[in-house]
Amino acid sequence: MTKIINGNKTETNLCEVCAQEENSIGMGPNWMLQNIVAELFNQSISGSPQVQVTRSKPIQCEQCGFTDVNFSQVGKLGCPKCYEVFEQKLDPVLRRVHGFPTHTGKIPQRTGGSIGLRRQIEELRQELQKAVTREEYEKAAEIRDKIRGLENQLG
Amino acid sequence: MSIKDTVNDARSKWMEGTGADNDVVISSRIRLARNLKGIPFPHFMSDADAANVIHAVRIAAENTELVKQVGAVEFTDLAELSSTERQILVEKHLISPHHAENIKSRAVILAPDESVSIMINEEDHLRIQCLQPGLELEETWKQADKIDDLLELTLDYSFSEKRGYLTACPTNVGTGLRASVMLHLPGLVVSKQIGQIVGAISQLGLAVRGYYGEGTEAYGNLFQISNQVTLGQIESEIVENLLSVTNQIVNQERSSREIIFRDNRQLLEDRIYRAIGTMRYARMITSQEALKNISDMRLGIELGLLKGLTFEKINELIILTRPAFLIKKAGQEMEAGERDVLRANIIREKLSEIKFD
Repeated sequence: MTKIINGNKTETNLCEVCAQEENSIGMGPNWMLQNIVAELFNQSISGSPQVQVTRSKPIQCEQCGFTDVNFSQVGKLGCPKCYEVFEQKLDPVLRRVHGFPTHTGKIPQRTGGSIGLRRQIEELRQELQKAVTREEYEKAAEIRDKIRGLENQLG
Repeated sequence: MSIKDTVNDARSKWMEGTGADNDVVISSRIRLARNLKGIPFPHFMSDADAANVIHAVRIAAENTELVKQVGAVEFTDLAELSSTERQILVEKHLISPHHAENIKSRAVILAPDESVSIMINEEDHLRIQCLQPGLELEETWKQADKIDDLLELTLDYSFSEKRGYLTACPTNVGTGLRASVMLHLPGLVVSKQIGQIVGAISQLGLAVRGYYGEGTEAYGNLFQISNQVTLGQIESEIVENLLSVTNQIVNQERSSREIIFRDNRQLLEDRIYRAIGTMRYARMITSQEALKNISDMRLGIELGLLKGLTFEKINELIILTRPAFLIKKAGQEMEAGERDVLRANIIREKLSEIKFD
């Protein structure tokens, strides 16, 4: 079984039966998914008339040089910056793949910046709103102080 | 365990056959995709960048806190392994098939008990995998979360407020989390309910596939269920969702087995003991036949019929009879027929120590 990926040749010496088996383990769905994503991306290019024009001139990521044409071929982006560069075209793809296009999960300590703090403040504001509606003024005051404390940390 | 032991010993932590609901659930897995800030993704990176990523992740993984958590980790450059050895790591579920294919600037870091593996420069810079026996999704997620925190002490992850952890493929973006379980579902297959269940599960944002085999055929009645959506849900929700669906499938599978056992006990016992007969005495066994018999024998343990046999032994048999493991054992390549002979030999030897009655 010889495979050539990105110009690198790898050889695995398996007989035909094994090769078929090895190929079948875990390979199918991911490969298909990438193709489907690339196809969705293509649709979002041809789907809107104003983007049609840009088709002749590919959008290129200034950081890594990857283009939207590259993406529609491999279904992967070039670097983290590409997410900003291709933002407009990626949005509909992410909505279709995940249903909801915004991250709500874990935030890294080092590169997450003040996102965690801001998210906490936002949650407290909602709590505050609820407390006020329920006329729990003491609790509301407590929450308000907490929000102020966090806002001070934000600077 | 050193990498040389890893590729020579079929056993691994996830195969111990312990953990919750081990009569149906073989293992639970959590995988986190992470990338480093400012560096192109592996498929588009320079050799120099690839080397920098390997260096940075290696240092991060050898930090004392992490070693305290998972034991003395071992770093291996994939280029140091033969293609057969890499394939064995795939067969033991420690690296992906994709990772074994292209060895340039790729590496893996393994915990001594193999319950944690970190693939470097696979589709993403880091793929952190935690693998535990039985249905232990929440525990496994906690472990992966902790390891992720410890790696992050010295690594700058690429992250955006809107899209979360940025990954090479948009299908992983957000949490970068893929949670999965491996299930043994002979009851649902025999009672022909599996098709319906697969259909229902797909509508819940989860994917089901046969672990071995092609298309709709699942050799050995082994299935994997995993989440598809990684963006817009928090990690614990994703894990909780998979857990609750898995619990329902476990219950369905148990009741199917009960019904079959009640209504067709003789047929079922016959099938299980025939599997033992074949496995103990056959001189040639194909991989597909081995998986089928292993499934029947596992069912025998699950129904309490085969007291002398353990889940651990059965799991070991699955790995021992995979193609790359056989080549390693033989020390050379083999024709299909030769391989079937060797497979039968290994199975006979393994089962000869066991008293079945």
